[in-house]
This record gives sequence, structure tokens and C-alpha cells, in this order.
Amino acid sequence: MGYEFDFSFLSEYAPDLWRGVWLTLWMTVVSIVPGFVLGTLCAIGRIYGSPPVRRVATIYVEAIRNTPLVIQVFWLFFGLAVLGARLDAFTAAVIALSINVGAYTAEIMRAGFESIPRGQREAASCLALSGPQRVLYVELPQAVERVYPALVSQFILMMLATSIMSQISAEELTGVAYQIQSFTFRGFEAYLVTAGIYLVLVTMLRLTLHGVALAAFPRRRRLGTPL
Amino acid sequence: MDPMVRFQDVHKSFGAVEVLKGITLDVPRGDVVVLVGRSGSGKSTALRCINGLETVNGGELHVCGEKLHDGKTDLRKLRQEVGIVFQSYNLFPHLTVEQNVTLAPRKVMKVGAKEAKELAAHVLAQVGLSEKAQSYPEQLSGGQQQRVAIARSLAMKPKLMLFDEVTSALDPELTGEVLRVIERLAQDGMTMVLVTHEMGFARGVADQIVFMHHGKVWERGGAEMLRAPQTPELQQFVATDL
Ligand SMILES: Nc1ncnc2c1ncn2[C@@H]1O[C@H](COP(=O)(O)OP(=O)(O)O)[C@@H](O)[C@H]1O
Ligand SMILES: [Mg+2]
Repeated sequence: MGYEFDFSFLSEYAPDLWRGVWLTLWMTVVSIVPGFVLGTLCAIGRIYGSPPVRRVATIYVEAIRNTPLVIQVFWLFFGLAVLGARLDAFTAAVIALSINVGAYTAEIMRAGFESIPRGQREAASCLALSGPQRVLYVELPQAVERVYPALVSQFILMMLATSIMSQISAEELTGVAYQIQSFTFRGFEAYLVTAGIYLVLVTMLRLTLHGVALAAFPRRRRLGTPL
Repeated sequence: MDPMVRFQDVHKSFGAVEVLKGITLDVPRGDVVVLVGRSGSGKSTALRCINGLETVNGGELHVCGEKLHDGKTDLRKLRQEVGIVFQSYNLFPHLTVEQNVTLAPRKVMKVGAKEAKELAAHVLAQVGLSEKAQSYPEQLSGGQQQRVAIARSLAMKPKLMLFDEVTSALDPELTGEVLRVIERLAQDGMTMVLVTHEMGFARGVADQIVFMHHGKVWERGGAEMLRAPQTPELQQFVATDL
């Protein structure tokens, strides 16, 4: 007992923490876009694709959602290296995160597409829109809008999941925190501060995604419906 | 001149259930044909065959001079010439009224942005909703939404318009504004096939009234037909439905 809290190490390690923060943010941002595109294509493939397309999409989604992310990353980083395809840690992390969040996005977007009333599809076809035009201009915007809160949650979970990437030597925020505590033996303080930083990062991501929604859904902006 | 639509002994089944049992019917160009009949008599199915939403199983159906359902009908081309409006307006909720109206002209007919805007202004004026161009569907009443749906179809410059009980979902005080739009279209010479329960309106607007019963054209005639029904079925329908 008699432990004295001491946060003074912070100033010494601030540059390291800063680098960790950037890496975490960067990994997240770079993974969201391809993850979203991949997941949306998969959702469309599972609903409208030919049987082989549907099968491939289903296998991908189920394989990813039923295995741990850390194994997926290890396989990309250590596994492929055995075959001579050596990826650097950041690239492996971003690919793994994109593929991972893509599978969850696929399920969310599929729910979004399926929740659109049948009449929308019929109206679009009756106006002579082609299948792809119908999906792009009528279904996709409505699907995204309907499931947007679920997508935001998924992207936030992904940001938090970047914390395992120090295991393949990508020194993101959690990796930096581990190093600090192992040098200073100030685990309590180091992880408390780290948790606080994650809280700030998640809040920033949430606000950013809210801004994206306002830009993407002009009706919500005009009518002031909260997302 | 060829009629706009020609049904020749058209049959249609859903699984084992035959819903259209040999429909023969001409819709001359410029005419308004009104389909009436009990729920389940096959009115919607007949209408949906005309723009290829349903495929026929027997007989022949010609629309705008083209034979349908011979396996190589270009549905997109057909639907540029045949507009349809349903009971549920099915406006695109994420788009403004103007965007709803211009989407198909821009993407399908490749009309330019400026021209599309003018087109929207024109058709919205036709349905009396010029001032709502920048509104979203949810900001409109049911009657206004249905008029936008009509304008959206008109923007494709169709040769033929189909209306399937377009006022059935509306409060009585809102049906008038929609029916007036359709009447004006009729006066302007648009060829139309419409299903309605508004018998007064049917009498006023129809060149030909077709009473459908059990998947058949049971009786047909001019507007006066409803006053002097020949068949007991139409007598009963007129007595109970008016
Ligand atoms: N897609 C469908 N599948 C199976 N049965 C249908 C389908 N559409 C309509 N029917 C049936 O066909 C019959 C005629 O329907 P419909 O054309 O909608 O009649 P109406 O418009 O005159 O009320 C009804 O018995 C209805 O249940
Ligand atoms: Mg019907």
C-alpha cells in the first residue's frame, strides 16, 4: 500500500504516445473505406448475385465472422511470410481490418437492403431504371441511411480492435502504453491515460461520422431528424 | 390505326390458380379505359401485364405495336413508353420532389441537368405542385405525394399511363385533387387504363368501361353501362359498390 500516483513520466513519453495515437487513427481511417466498399459489394452480391457469387460472398462473410481477428492478422503477417509474401506490419493490419470489418458491414448492409419496401424496387423498375441504376440511386442511399447507426458502432469497434496490432509490432497506442508501463512500472497510470485517449479518439470518430452523415443524407440535414 | 394495347385471349396463372381466363380487349389511342370489378377479379394483374410486371401464360398482348412476352421484350424500352402509378405512391424518400421526378429522365434518357430541371418544372406544374419542388416526400400530404408520383411518370413522356386504384389509400377529401389531375390528362388526349372504385369519376372520364369478374371481361360498354347493367353480376356489383 501507500502507492503514490505519478503521471510525470507522461511528458517524457508524450512523443511516443503521439505516434501511437496517429498510428491508431491512421489504421482506422484507412480501413473503414475499403471495408465499407467490400462489405457493401458483398451485401449486393448476396442479394442479387448469381449462385456462385452468392456462395463466395457467404463463405467470406461466415469465415471472417467466425474466426478471431488476431488469427486473421497473424495469418496475414506470419503465415504469408512463410510462403515468402512478407507484408509490413501496417499493411497487414490494414488489410486484416478491412477484410474483417467488411464481413460485418456485409451483414449490416444486407439487413439495410432487405428492409427497403418492395414498392421502391418496383417503382424504380417501372421508371425503366436498369438493375445497377436502381441499386445505386434508389436502394443504396436508403440502405445506408437505415443502418447508419449500426455501421458507426461497427467502425468504432474496429477502432478499438486496432489495439491488438502491437502483437505484429505495429506500435499503435496500446503497444506504446505497454512499452511505457514496462519501462516505468507505472501500469496503473499508463493504462488509465491510454483509456482516456481511446475515449477521446472514439468520440472524435463518432463526431466525424456524424458529420459524414449530415453531408451524405441531405434530407436528414434539412428535416433535422437525428441519426 | 393500331390500338395502343391489344389483349387477345390473354391467360395468366399464379401457380395452379388462373387469374386471367382469356381477356380480349382493345385500348384505342387517346382513349381512357376504366377497369372495374370486385377485389380479386384480376384488374391489377391485367394492368401489370401491360408494362411487363407480370408475364402472360397464354394468348397475345400487344403494347405500342410490340408483341409482349415472346421472350425478347425489352422491358426497359417498354417502360419508357408506359407509365404506371400505384395505390402506394412509392416516392423515393431520400430524394426531393424534383429529384424524384428527374432521376429517370437523367439516368435512363440521359437528359442534361438543365433540361431535366425544366422538365420537372413542367410536369410539376401539370399536377399543380410547382412550389413543392424542393420538398421531401415526407413533407407532403398523401394527395400531394400521389400527384408527384404521377408527375414522375409523366416526366418520361409516356404514350400510355396506367393507374391502379391511385386514390384508394387517400382520405376522401384528398381524392379530388388527384382525380382532377387524371381528368386533365384525359382531356389532353393521354391514353390511359385505370382501375378505380370511384364510379362517378369512372363514368365521367371513361370512353370505355370494362367490368371484370372472375378473371374475365364480363361486360363492357360506354359510361352509360353502369346505369343499365346487362348481367346479374354487374347489377349486383353496381348495387353494392356504389
Ligand atoms: N403475385 C401473386 N401471386 C399469387 N397470386 C396472386 C398474385 N397477384 C395476384 N394474385 C391473385 O390473383 C387474383 C387477382 O388479383 P388482382 O389482379 O390483384 O385482383 P384485383 O386487382 O382485381 O383486386 C387474386 O386472387 C390474387 O390473390
Ligand atoms: Mg388490385
